[in-house]
Amino acid sequence: MFRKYLWQRLLLAVIGLAIGSTVQIDEARAEYGDIVINNYSDAAGMRPAIFPHWFHRVRFRCKVCHADLGFKFKAGGNEINMVKIIDGQYCGACHNGELAWSVENCNLCHSAKPGTSTQVHESTVQKLAPATLQKK
Amino acid sequence: MRVFIFPADSLRAAIAACLICLGSVTLAEDWTPLNKDGIHDPRSPAIKQLQEPAAALSKLIPDTAGNMVRWVQALEKGEINPRASIRPDTKIRVYDSDVLLNLKGGMPIVRFPHRQHTLWLDCVNCHDHLFKAETGATKFSMLKILEGEQCGVCHGAVSFPLTECFRCHSVARPGQAPKPSLPIAIPAGAVPPK
Repeated sequence: MFRKYLWQRLLLAVIGLAIGSTVQIDEARAEYGDIVINNYSDAAGMRPAIFPHWFHRVRFRCKVCHADLGFKFKAGGNEINMVKIIDGQYCGACHNGELAWSVENCNLCHSAKPGTSTQVHESTVQKLAPATLQKK
Repeated sequence: MRVFIFPADSLRAAIAACLICLGSVTLAEDWTPLNKDGIHDPRSPAIKQLQEPAAALSKLIPDTAGNMVRWVQALEKGEINPRASIRPDTKIRVYDSDVLLNLKGGMPIVRFPHRQHTLWLDCVNCHDHLFKAETGATKFSMLKILEGEQCGVCHGAVSFPLTECFRCHSVARPGQAPKPSLPIAIPAGAVPPK
């Protein structure tokens, strides 16, 4: 009896595994809400910068950057440039070689695929609405 | 010619395989590695140096949406201890007061807890440019929120996503079921009506 339907069982098991894996990849994937900043990077021949919120909020509360340091809640809306950072503003308040690694490590922030636009990656709106409906 | 039949126990085997796979893949696929997240350049030297999300986030209290982390609980239970300031003279303000909103709508009432929000944020982050301090003085709109204004400045970007309706709409009206039978999440890829 067991051997009789062996190949059907195997076939169904393979189909089941295939369905199971594809469904899950779509459903339960973490959205990081990473910020891509490409105000000047592409034009300067650098990879766009990525700010990972998840990494920073393990170590700092939102208010440290958004209240005390003056970061606006707007991807690409702060007109950050390297002169300001080296001057100790914005990222430079910590990324100065004392609190966090310093600006010589260009590639650690400038790590996005070239041409990636300024965005909140995987925001709810980005996931639900076509790109044409999203506010620039 | 043989007849192609799927007997009942084969079907059970297939369903079991499907479930086993769902279970096993969940853990592995919760945390997309940096080189596959869609924005990091896999050829960037940073990939080998930056911390992988799974290394940090898989240790924290898990969630079912967004970052897959219950950030407030992780903070309250001491799993993380994020600094509240980097300058010694900074004033830390935590305010414990709930506000009920959406009192006249059809959805359950919104309970906004100040305490959980001020664990992370300062008063000036929201008041008064996003919300007036006086209760009832700000007109809320889900359309604005979905466009990234009001609550949507954070929710839908870095805090739990806007598909989690009942985390905010959490207080049932008289005669209303605790959780109305509305879709919990809008299906991915859904297109809004024209």
